[in-house]
Amino acid sequence: MTDATDESELYDLECRNLVRTFGAFIAVDDVSFGVPRGDFFSILGPSGCGKTTILRMMAGFDRPTSGDILIKGKSVVDVPPNRRPVNMVFQQLALFPMMTVAENIAYGLVRKGLNKTDIADKVKSALGRIGLPTSGGKSIKQLSGGQQQRVAIARCLVLEPAALLLDEPLGALDLKLREHMKVELKKMQDQFGTTFVYITHDQSEALVMSNHVAVMNKGRFEQIGSPQDLYYHPDTAFVAGFVGDTNRWHGRVESADASGVKVVSADGVNLIATAAGKTPLVQGGEVDIFVRPESVVIATGEERVSGMENRIEGDLVSILFNGANSRALIRDRHTGGELDVALPQTGEFSHLKRGQAVHLGWGKAQAKAFAADARRDQGVGT
Amino acid sequence: MFKSTGKMIAGVLLGAGLTMVASQANAETLRLLTWGGYAPDKVVQMFKAETGIDVEVTNSNNEEMISKLRATGGAGFDLAQPSQDRVAGAQSEFDIYKPIDLSKIDATKIIPSMLEGTKKNTTVNGSAYGVPHVWGTSLLAVNTAMAPDVKDYLDLCDPKYTGKISYRLKRPILMAFAFSMGMDPFAAYNDKAKYQDILNKVEAKLIECKPIVKAYWSGADALIALMSSGEVVAAKAWDGTGWKLTAAKPEIKTMAPTSGALGWIDTFVLPKKTQNEAAAYKWINFVMRPEVAAMIVEAAGNFTAAVDGDKFVEEGARKRFQDTFPPEAIDNIKWYPPVPTGLEEMEGKVLDRVQAAK
Amino acid sequence: MRMQSATRLALFLLLAPIVLWLALLVILPHVDMFMVSMRERVGIRQYEYSFANYVEFFVEPLYWRTFARTAIMSIIATVMTLLIGFPVSYYIAKMLRGRMKNFLFLLCLVPFWVSELVRTFGWMILLRESGVISNLMQWMGLVSGPVEMLYNDATIMVGFIYTSMLFMVVPLVSTLDSLDDSLVEAGYDLGGNAFTVLRTIIIPHAMPGIVSGCIVVFMLTLGNYLTPVLLGGKDSLWFTEQIYTQFITRFNWEQGAAFGFLLLGLSSLIVWAGLRLSRQTLSQTMG
Repeated sequence: MTDATDESELYDLECRNLVRTFGAFIAVDDVSFGVPRGDFFSILGPSGCGKTTILRMMAGFDRPTSGDILIKGKSVVDVPPNRRPVNMVFQQLALFPMMTVAENIAYGLVRKGLNKTDIADKVKSALGRIGLPTSGGKSIKQLSGGQQQRVAIARCLVLEPAALLLDEPLGALDLKLREHMKVELKKMQDQFGTTFVYITHDQSEALVMSNHVAVMNKGRFEQIGSPQDLYYHPDTAFVAGFVGDTNRWHGRVESADASGVKVVSADGVNLIATAAGKTPLVQGGEVDIFVRPESVVIATGEERVSGMENRIEGDLVSILFNGANSRALIRDRHTGGELDVALPQTGEFSHLKRGQAVHLGWGKAQAKAFAADARRDQGVGT
Repeated sequence: MFKSTGKMIAGVLLGAGLTMVASQANAETLRLLTWGGYAPDKVVQMFKAETGIDVEVTNSNNEEMISKLRATGGAGFDLAQPSQDRVAGAQSEFDIYKPIDLSKIDATKIIPSMLEGTKKNTTVNGSAYGVPHVWGTSLLAVNTAMAPDVKDYLDLCDPKYTGKISYRLKRPILMAFAFSMGMDPFAAYNDKAKYQDILNKVEAKLIECKPIVKAYWSGADALIALMSSGEVVAAKAWDGTGWKLTAAKPEIKTMAPTSGALGWIDTFVLPKKTQNEAAAYKWINFVMRPEVAAMIVEAAGNFTAAVDGDKFVEEGARKRFQDTFPPEAIDNIKWYPPVPTGLEEMEGKVLDRVQAAK
Repeated sequence: MRMQSATRLALFLLLAPIVLWLALLVILPHVDMFMVSMRERVGIRQYEYSFANYVEFFVEPLYWRTFARTAIMSIIATVMTLLIGFPVSYYIAKMLRGRMKNFLFLLCLVPFWVSELVRTFGWMILLRESGVISNLMQWMGLVSGPVEMLYNDATIMVGFIYTSMLFMVVPLVSTLDSLDDSLVEAGYDLGGNAFTVLRTIIIPHAMPGIVSGCIVVFMLTLGNYLTPVLLGGKDSLWFTEQIYTQFITRFNWEQGAAFGFLLLGLSSLIVWAGLRLSRQTLSQTMG
């Protein structure tokens, strides 16, 4: 955590050396982190990386093999889920179909033993805050997907938990609604001021909503940082590949010094890159090089890219038009490898035709070289 | 109206059924509705060897026989074997039998007094319906080692045997208690008021005795289990069942009560819609041969009305019979007369009330 | 026009078997039985239409007491089967996975591989005074003399529960199977304890299964004949036994038919009352 102090009281939620094994399989491998008060903290990783296991251990449905979980500075490993001051929003929401919307929201309050008028007041105000003031008497099935989402969150937030745990709650929604709910979730978090711990395999959800993101792979945290940190300063090849879109080469180091790293890729391209990551690069060592699509300059004439350290001649395979996010797919004329290139928003390249020759170029600072990880086998991020 | 509906259903269902049955009936068969043990496999095989006729045996009891034949109007079987006291009443009420042609029966093979008695008891509107086959009694089975002083039915009410007594809660127990209490229910058969009076007294006694009873037995197997395990020390039983127990455990004696054993005779009758009358007469004459009769005695545990039938019976069975029935006990057997209609309903309510009593 | 009559004919032909089946095997016999129940015997082979057979049920305390006893014991047996069957079903549906689940489910089915008669005799061998359990207890020194465990109402109850268990477990397992685990977890997560989660989430979800299981078990128990007769002993009274007696040993089909219709009517009434109490509908339960 870059901006947190060592005082654990500042953390609403903290995990220390958390390990969970299932037989010989290590689902969570020595994970430590803290979530500061009011934070929107995401755990991002591919399916099967162990992120759901962490969340379930925090909620109390699973028990760590070793390590400790603290909520507001107190260990809760021996506290059953119904006594932990955290609440969970389930992937399928888990709204109670046998109850009305109001009864769903009141459920936890009733369990706390509040009196009826208090419960009614709190339910009413919660319904107002989620924009469903008149829907209290409806059954769950009468609500749209987005409305159900809001009820599921409100049901937890009325209990004023120390943290809200969200298990990919947007996964079941369609794309349009998902985009909308990202904004809405962020707004709700601001409104209630509650700490959110959000797990997802969708990097755009994590980047858009979070203050901090932990990237998880094979039971370990690869990097914890702000979305910007992860995007611009990835610590590992996995993070560089998983967070955001990127072009990737695998190759061998020719020479490495202060001026940059010279690499010959597996398909024979000479590249100059900047060393990144914690492992120092040595001559002859295997490396992965990542270049973001928006870092590549595209031109019809050679002169635009002549000053850049890396240059490639290629042919246009196709334009992937998506408004401001339009891309071009370019085939390297010498190696046949394909590159993903962002088109400038000016629209100057919208006239490009399939098969047309183009020149590509990027500086060495935009190309990041990581020592190839023995554990590397995850594909490039989506 | 209801008759026609019933007939229509029966017609539709039977129509389909009969076409299938007809093809099977080519090999001649005799469908016999009888009691367990009355048609042992060996006898059936001998009959088949001699006449070529297959015998299909269905085991049943008095009530079920009448109910089955009543449901079909006397069809489905070629020969049935209800007790003689249950023939006339059922015939006059339900019209399910066909008069028997005594000229087709070899009368010389049947004990004359029994033939005559059965003929008399099964006559309705001048036609006889039954000939005698197997006879027996119901009496007492007593474990003499554990209950030495049980001599009559009323001794089954002795409190010192509490929880160790059993009998069947059916009409014979009503008759047995009535005789044991010094009344004659058979004499009151045609006087309903008097009969009801007897029944009321018997009912009171049976209710009074109920705490003594362990369980009312429902079949011979249940009774054998209860007595051979020693759970029950005295019971009202069928003589055949009693002799089976005696053979296995000599201390269990089969004894005629002092007020007299109750005697029954199972008969042969023709169901109204018998399809193979000729085979039925052949079977009757076949099983009345002394050597065949002896085989049935062994299987059923009861004696038959065949002349000389007991000559071929194994010595132990004869001995057990003689132990149970010294000559004076035979004379004291109370033979069931035909039951007039309506009595069973009166008895039924008494039995229900005894069952319900706490 | 011709097309229309052709489709109508085809529809008629398609429906004919089910209509015939219903009419011949279900409706007609019931109509006939009802006619039988409505006649009174006035003499030999002489009958008159009357309600006498129905009146008899209400004026003779023996009969309606037998019915009341049958109904009450059936209700108790149903409730007890539910109480025992529910945890078993929950365990099978929610706690077990794969092979073990199928195995336990099959175990519930095993008793049905033998006939009801054999099953009942099995209980008799175990429970009788000279039986297995009595001997075992004497051998272990728990009791000094033989113990009779047959021939009382508790034994009948055991027999009923044993016979009915499968019919309670099957609908319960299938409704509990459809309960999303996350609903239960959500219940705990929001502060519920085992009892409140059971009461507010699991039972409301399983209600259709509970009701359909209860209806089946209640009807089966009410219509059971062998268990009360064989295990019940001298005080046992059961309404189906009474119907059997009327038909078979009394030759009183008229009374038996009337009792049959009363059983049908009164048991339907009880089921209806049960549905009203649990606020379920028959279509919800069966659907």
